[in-house]
Amino acid sequence: MNLPYKNIMLGMLLGIAGLGLVACGDKTAETTTSAETAVAAPAGDEEKVLNIYNWSDYLAEDTIPNFEKETGIKVRYDVFDSNEILHAKLMAKNTGYDIVVPSSNWARLQIDGGLLQKLDKSKLTNYGNLDPDILAQMANLDPDNAYMVDWLWSYTTVGINVDKVKAALGDMPMPENAWDLVFNPKYTSKLKSCGITFLDAPTEVFPIALKYVGKPAHSNNADDYKVAYEMLAKVRPDIQKFSSGGQIDDLAGGNVCVALGWAGDFNLARNRSIENKSPQNIEALITSMGGYMFMDTMVIPADAKHVDNAHKFINYILRPEVHAGLTNAVTYANPNKAATQFVDEEVRNNKTIFLPAEDVKKLIPPGNVDNATRRVMTRYFTQFKTGA
Amino acid sequence: MAQSKNTFLNFFSGRKLIIGVPYVWFISLAAIPLLIVLKISLSTMETASVSNMVDWSKGWPSLTLNFSSYQFIASDALYVKTYLSSIKYALITTIICLAIGYPFAYFMARAPKHIQPTLLMLIMLPFWTSFLLRIYAWKTLLVNNGIINNALISLGVMSEPIAMMNTPFSLTIGMVYSYLPFMILPLYANLSKLDIRYLEAAADLGTSPLKTFWLVTVPLSKAGIIAGSMLVFIPSIGEYVIPELLGGSNTLMIGRVLWDEFFSNNDWPMASAVAIVMILLILVPMALLNKYQSDQASDKAGA
Repeated sequence: MNLPYKNIMLGMLLGIAGLGLVACGDKTAETTTSAETAVAAPAGDEEKVLNIYNWSDYLAEDTIPNFEKETGIKVRYDVFDSNEILHAKLMAKNTGYDIVVPSSNWARLQIDGGLLQKLDKSKLTNYGNLDPDILAQMANLDPDNAYMVDWLWSYTTVGINVDKVKAALGDMPMPENAWDLVFNPKYTSKLKSCGITFLDAPTEVFPIALKYVGKPAHSNNADDYKVAYEMLAKVRPDIQKFSSGGQIDDLAGGNVCVALGWAGDFNLARNRSIENKSPQNIEALITSMGGYMFMDTMVIPADAKHVDNAHKFINYILRPEVHAGLTNAVTYANPNKAATQFVDEEVRNNKTIFLPAEDVKKLIPPGNVDNATRRVMTRYFTQFKTGA
Repeated sequence: MAQSKNTFLNFFSGRKLIIGVPYVWFISLAAIPLLIVLKISLSTMETASVSNMVDWSKGWPSLTLNFSSYQFIASDALYVKTYLSSIKYALITTIICLAIGYPFAYFMARAPKHIQPTLLMLIMLPFWTSFLLRIYAWKTLLVNNGIINNALISLGVMSEPIAMMNTPFSLTIGMVYSYLPFMILPLYANLSKLDIRYLEAAADLGTSPLKTFWLVTVPLSKAGIIAGSMLVFIPSIGEYVIPELLGGSNTLMIGRVLWDEFFSNNDWPMASAVAIVMILLILVPMALLNKYQSDQASDKAGA
């Protein structure tokens, strides 16, 4: 082997190794510089642009076009599918976004980190439409509701393909607490044949698992997580897959019959199945133990450049017809009291979307754990998934 | 005076400039990012930022290095298991790629000269479609109600679908499929330059074709084998997308552990430490290999 060739090869390999690092390197470079460069844009004559970062499949077709037509503001709309990704982007700063939509417990972390800015409620003339109960609930994480306005809300629960589950269970009756379908080996061993799927996020699964084993849902005690893990480990052989973005397709396509996931997604899967005239009969279940509530909230990053436009957009969403339009399109409940009359009757009467008051009380409220506990939680989740 | 002006001009002469380009490339795109990652790995995590390593608050710089991330890697068996598992899958991928790629490249290099450009084109053709799209295509082939299972069932070969998706099998297929061209191309470049007269000489001296292949062709193509294997092995270790889309949730890969540290645990120093250890795992064997080869080369030169 001649020497020049080898040097080229080594250079090439180092180059490739370098490329893999650039992505990480860029982000960190941003962190070091952006803190000083974040300057609020002058209000009043703001550029007619608004950059929004929201969850995928989470708005009505006409929401953005109507806003653009009315205000002349050009909206750039990007999507994500996990709080983790949004959080990392906000931490790297200079996201360029003017409105982002984290879940309320994540927004709390972002407030603590100084990544968000307070709302100017004098600009939100429709603020009074919001349901005082929901505002009170949110005030637990956001005192005085200073930062967050709820976009939509739902809860994590059990979703099933009714016919397939009945067939798999045979003469066994449905459990009194539907969580048994995913946490009790007696049921999971039978349902294994038609497919069980879990959300692929420790922060989604553990609060529920903890409550199921009789521990505090947002416990900061590592021993509690061990107990929950041991319960989960018993059903692991029966779980077919872990996925957060694919449950709608998997349920509507009949690939799985039981899911630990978001109630709103189960209703979407149900609608999709009906639209496609497919035989899958999907249902979100209201469990006797209660699910895990989440609220996805509109917040403004501290370094947003179009703060005025962001307020205009939030105020627009708070209009009863607009907020109702979101609920009609994506089957997630809205926090807007004035909007109820504009919600389609079928959606309005669906108890799994607009939960009855006594079931709302049973839900685990959104919450956080400390950093050390998060590591414990992730570690047990990895062990749960991989056995390592 | 004239002398120094000359050196100054020489410094900016085309030759130096051309030699300089790879160095600029290496420093700006590999060395500096690597140092930033190293720096983060020695910091601690605050609420929403990484701690400053150098503290100026007392009027002079005081440096704080934090090795707790590295200690943690050593204390939890998860990381060792994951590194080993990633290396295992990368090795399997490399070996299969070599087994498929070598004959492939060999016949390409022996094909009539006028069709070689076409063959080369065919190898490159998949790159015209997005990598992600091609991995998703494998999904539609491998799932339980996918094309392969449906075809086998309708042919009566079996009655129940075989679970191929989200298994080590689907992961390996995806990795081999994606990285095969990186094995074939350097091998082809090497084999096509092979002087055919060596083989003729071996045949004239009565060596069997198989023995010729093993004693002449393979040693002469060693550079191609090493280049191809490295090009497949190194990106395979850190592969994230293919295991996420095709692998099972019980597949341990370092890319996923990195993701967990970075996103789920929100612990950037830990994520950086995992990455640094992985780079060392790759660079050290490479440096050893490099040294071994240059020793060999100088031995030959000395002989």
